[in-house]
Amino acid sequence: MTTLAHEHDAASHDNHGEHGHAEHHGPRGILNWLTTTDHKIIGLSYTVTSVIMLVLGGALAEVIRGQLANPNGHLVSFSEYNQLFTMHGSIMIYLFAGPFAFGALANIIVPIQIGAPDMAFPRLNALSYWLYLSGAITMLLGFFTSEGAANFGWVAYTPLSDAVQAPGYGTDLWIGGLILTGFSAIFTGVNICATVFYLRAPGMTLFRMPIFTWNLLVVSILILLAFPVLTAGLVMLYADRHFGTHIYSVAGGGVPVLWQHIFWFWGHPEVYILALPFFGMVTEIIPVFSKKPVFGYKGMVFATITIAALSLGVWAHHMFTTGVVLLPFFSIMSLLIAVPTGIKLFNWIGTMWRGQIWFSTAMLMAIGFVVTFLIGGLTGVYLASPPLDFFTHDTYFVVAHFHSVVMALVLGGMAGLYYWGPKITGYLLNERIGKVQFWLLFIGTQLFTIPQYWLGLDGMPRRMAIYPNNPEWQNANTWSSVGALMIGVSTLLFVINIVVSWKKHPAGDNPWDGHTLEWFTTSPPPHHNFYRLPQIRSERPTWDHNHPEAKALGHGKDHQ
Amino acid sequence: MKQEAKLLLGLGAFFALLGIVYWVWSGENGGGIMIVAGGTLGFLPGSYYYWWSKRMPLRPEDDPNATRESGAGHIDAFPGTSIFPFVLGMGAFFTVLALVFGTWLLVPGIGLVVWAAIGGTAESRRGGAH
Repeated sequence: MTTLAHEHDAASHDNHGEHGHAEHHGPRGILNWLTTTDHKIIGLSYTVTSVIMLVLGGALAEVIRGQLANPNGHLVSFSEYNQLFTMHGSIMIYLFAGPFAFGALANIIVPIQIGAPDMAFPRLNALSYWLYLSGAITMLLGFFTSEGAANFGWVAYTPLSDAVQAPGYGTDLWIGGLILTGFSAIFTGVNICATVFYLRAPGMTLFRMPIFTWNLLVVSILILLAFPVLTAGLVMLYADRHFGTHIYSVAGGGVPVLWQHIFWFWGHPEVYILALPFFGMVTEIIPVFSKKPVFGYKGMVFATITIAALSLGVWAHHMFTTGVVLLPFFSIMSLLIAVPTGIKLFNWIGTMWRGQIWFSTAMLMAIGFVVTFLIGGLTGVYLASPPLDFFTHDTYFVVAHFHSVVMALVLGGMAGLYYWGPKITGYLLNERIGKVQFWLLFIGTQLFTIPQYWLGLDGMPRRMAIYPNNPEWQNANTWSSVGALMIGVSTLLFVINIVVSWKKHPAGDNPWDGHTLEWFTTSPPPHHNFYRLPQIRSERPTWDHNHPEAKALGHGKDHQ
Repeated sequence: MKQEAKLLLGLGAFFALLGIVYWVWSGENGGGIMIVAGGTLGFLPGSYYYWWSKRMPLRPEDDPNATRESGAGHIDAFPGTSIFPFVLGMGAFFTVLALVFGTWLLVPGIGLVVWAAIGGTAESRRGGAH
């Protein structure tokens, strides 16, 4: 093992930038991929795998939208449709959004942002990736079994997922895959907590950490609270199916609603586990491209912690219509989350206010995130009110609400990839293709979700392969399908952009005049990230180092 | 150390309060137990950090005026490369597949896990592959 020491003799190491990888002699090629413990390579593996899952889940979505473009669509059978929407949801939530949020960019960027040489437990980090990959393969194996993949919706409500209703291998593979990815998430949570608590550079106090790192710390704590509950619930579901227990079955004295409690006790914190990393990415991007420090740093941190704390007390707002939950408690808690989220939105606007905004692709994606998330967030406030929820439960209104939210996260993720991509690969992505991708993605998202809000209010239930032959409904569904197609094309453009700009425009160490430590090191960073570190005196050490004429500012003050 | 302790203890206190309010108000046991257990997850590491924050000098990363030199010296040992995470992951993979396709898959599954446990420990003891 390499024993590392902080380098403090800055001058003598400046000339190492040219041959960054020279000092590390590991295996090459596939053996390097299998044996690596470097957080950057693991993070890149996470990024590539989860983007492949995004494309796969997106392809399933296109088939679903193709089926719904026509009231009596014949693209797939009813049973295939059930598998499609189940696996679309499962792939997107478990295999794309989660791992992309806390495994991909987080893995690469968090240690660099706090000046650490690697994650605290590099081998555990590698294990997380292998568990994620094998969990994904396990879940997808369901498509190749005789009965097909899981078909009970991504929430797997009992009794739909019990041994009688869902006897196939697909269900067991779904459960097994989730157990593996669940452990992967837990290990990542442990790793990020330990890294942030123990491997910060001198002077990098907790309240000088970049907001992205703060959000990942809070997300890691949430992972440790939520994921063990899901994994335990899945083990009990498997025991019900195969070992004859009756935890979730009425026949043996069990309670089916207990599954919903356990699932959503994981499921609602999971929403914030998915969302907070993207909030963090956007909070890094908006100040850099507005040429200002982030407005209300401490407010941002406070909002993140509050969202996480409240998220543990809101799970049953998914279960209002079961009739066995305490409506006022969950309604109050859910409505309260709008307050810290509102703080974040105002702080993003406050950061842009009177800034010199540079509309790069990353910034456009970030602004697109803010707008789309506002739509998804506000409709979420409606749904937190039981009278409205009784009316819209299990309709397309709910589908539209959470697709606004998750499409906002896709916009945020794309912002992150355009912003940190040059740091990871050393080369810039093509801005022109990026801007076309943004407009397609942004307009496509609104075209995709807004007709669904109307459909839901008009009473169209979710998870139906056919619907009444009503011209207005067909019209709205067709527009929604066109939007979905635009989103698909924009994702293809991203892949094309990677191919077109492959090793074309060298980025340099700091292409955006960034604020945080990752822009201080080389692109891509060397094996243990830093040859030298700047003196850390504020939450944007690289900016302070590059702009000694600007006096260091306290938190939340305007730059003028 | 002190800030970390405050964060975790604060979360623990909030969850304990929330759990008690919910449990008393709703009388529903599942959620009540889960939130209160969540509170202990804040208290356990939080009190550990608090205990240490009282007993150790300010770490360079907690000192707002720390110089680069104050962090010089030994950080930690980091393994260069290791095959055992992959071996352990594949062991877990086969073990889970055994739940679905048949118990015989436990043989490679547990075999790989044991190999990874022995190999990984030995690797740490002799100082890693690099």
